[in-house]
Amino acid sequence: MSVITAENISKKYIIDHKQKSSGPSTFRDIFSESFDKMFSSKKKSHSHFDEKEEFWALKDVNFTIDQGDRIGIVGHNGAGKSTLLKILSRITEPSTGQITIDGRVASLLEVGTGFHPELTGRENIYLNGAILGMAKSEIKQSFDAIVDFAGVEKFLDTPVKRYSSGMYVRLGFAIAAHLNPEILIVDEVLAVGDTEFQKKCLGKMRDVSESGRTLLFVSHNLTAIQALCNKSFYFEKGKLIDQGDTTHIVTNYLSKVSHKTLERHWDDINNAPGNDQVRIKSFRLLADYQDNLVHIDVRTPMNFQFEFWNMEEGANLNLSMHLYTFTGECIFNVGTTSQEFGKGLVTGTCEIPGHFLNDGSYVVSMMIVKDTSTVVYNMEEALIFDIEDYRENVTWYGKWPGYIRPKLNFSIRQTEHIVND
Amino acid sequence: MQHTTTIKAGGSEKDYWKDLWKNKQLLLILSKRDISVRYKQTLLGVAWSLLRPIMTMTVMVFVFSYVAKLKGDEGIPYPLMVLCGITIWTFFANTFSQISSSILINSNLVSKVYFPRLLMPLSSVAVGFVDFLITLGIFLVLTVFFHHPLSWNIIFLPAFLLLAFITSMGFGLFFAVLNVRFRDIGQLIPFIVQVGFYVCPIAYSSRLAQGTWYEKYYNLNPMVGIIDGFKWCLLGDKAYFNPNSVYSTAIISIVILILSLIYFRKKENTFVDHI
Repeated sequence: MSVITAENISKKYIIDHKQKSSGPSTFRDIFSESFDKMFSSKKKSHSHFDEKEEFWALKDVNFTIDQGDRIGIVGHNGAGKSTLLKILSRITEPSTGQITIDGRVASLLEVGTGFHPELTGRENIYLNGAILGMAKSEIKQSFDAIVDFAGVEKFLDTPVKRYSSGMYVRLGFAIAAHLNPEILIVDEVLAVGDTEFQKKCLGKMRDVSESGRTLLFVSHNLTAIQALCNKSFYFEKGKLIDQGDTTHIVTNYLSKVSHKTLERHWDDINNAPGNDQVRIKSFRLLADYQDNLVHIDVRTPMNFQFEFWNMEEGANLNLSMHLYTFTGECIFNVGTTSQEFGKGLVTGTCEIPGHFLNDGSYVVSMMIVKDTSTVVYNMEEALIFDIEDYRENVTWYGKWPGYIRPKLNFSIRQTEHIVND
Repeated sequence: MQHTTTIKAGGSEKDYWKDLWKNKQLLLILSKRDISVRYKQTLLGVAWSLLRPIMTMTVMVFVFSYVAKLKGDEGIPYPLMVLCGITIWTFFANTFSQISSSILINSNLVSKVYFPRLLMPLSSVAVGFVDFLITLGIFLVLTVFFHHPLSWNIIFLPAFLLLAFITSMGFGLFFAVLNVRFRDIGQLIPFIVQVGFYVCPIAYSSRLAQGTWYEKYYNLNPMVGIIDGFKWCLLGDKAYFNPNSVYSTAIISIVILILSLIYFRKKENTFVDHI
């Protein structure tokens, strides 16, 4: 049975290019605009008109969601995911189309919505509960459970402005966790809070889904989506471009979204980057994909192959490869030994084993060095690749810390038994 | 399923008023929040609600009675007349300003949860009402001090209070919507309140406008009839009051309220796009 039916949903925004920020404007703008229009030539007023641009945050979106479905929503920033949630939560209305929803909806677009800093924890529980749509009797009934879940017993009568950010978030989530809607809408709340909190969050959401209720979940954390959701929607530029089984959607999404560059090559030596001494022919990453996947995850061994033409007879050359995170921290720099080469093609290979790098986006630079000291050519940001997360036998989906995630010989065993007598 | 919602463009659904009623608990809690927040972390706390009207009255009495030599109605102590006008005017001015800014002040809620948006202006009235009760209390104490007896007219007081509420809602809702779109409305509101203070019969009696060329324009202001009526309730028959003005006042304020409500309802679903 379908609980949500959306037909031709579109949402249009008007972007005013003249203003620095869209949205609030002042009368002055309107006066000055109409003044300009009155006294300027037609051509000029036409250009004013052009500065307003339509932007479709969502365009012709159709879907149905059945009862008990757990829908993950994936897509780039600005793909329309949050707009869809806002429309479903009735925070804003669509420009066209119609949605029919059967059942009580609770939206969790933010943790601790409406918390007032001057009010105490106790007062805020009632306030926030009421804002999220709980009846006073429901809040009273779950009050102790909420306090317990959040672990704020001692600070119940302290204004929440004195709370640590962790306590604040915990209290906010604890209230939301005790909502009992038929349809739960959750936006990226995992992005805040510590790992302990994320664990609780996901656990609670799994409870919701297991009790046969309907869940809509937006997250950039694909692992969490894969663990929680049976179906997924994939949005791109305001359009619902694919929907179906989560594994299928996530694979599809990963293959499309990344701005990765796994291979570069130049067939014509004259147009190839380089200089009088060397010219680059190709640089490619060959991944040994696991489980018939087409994306690299933390298990995947990788092989980097670099080819260049050497144009100086008897040059003493070596290669030096840098690996950076996407944000620019250098993870390592490795070099080959130096060697004498004749004119012609030179090939270097470097292997990065599986179970070594953590998930994330990485950038590779390759340097050709002469006489172990002079940089002949530096190919910066030559390759870009993403490593996706992969976990087995874990129930925790927070971001794994660290730049590398090596598989080391690390084990535990019982070394002594205490026998009770 | 027992609960079906339809969302569409311009979707003023039939359930709106039912929804509003269902959310009355939220209304209560939001009102309580505004009241308890208002006096937390202030040095004098609730005393402010006492001090402000008393100080305004003292200044007004000094300026208008002693300096400008204005006279009120015969047989009514001037300070009482001023305080009476201040009481109802402050209620109107406070609720009007609170309603006008209610959507912006609660913008964090508007952008994150749905509930009938009318709850926000409605709940913002609470603070003004509490202040009104306090000022009314001061007034009653002063009637004893001036040996001015109350008359039975006082039973009509709730009617005029309701009219003042309707008028403040009517103007407030309109400005609340504008305020979301144009931020400079926020600066206009104190100005309107200030001008209103002199245009309304607070420091003087409407008797002065009787028979003048501007009388008909003067009476267009719905607050004139309300303030006159309010004075008549509290000060007795000696206070100037034209009972016929009640009809025009009621009609004007109800029409304004209905127009504002239509405007508000039309715009409320897109508030978030401008916040």
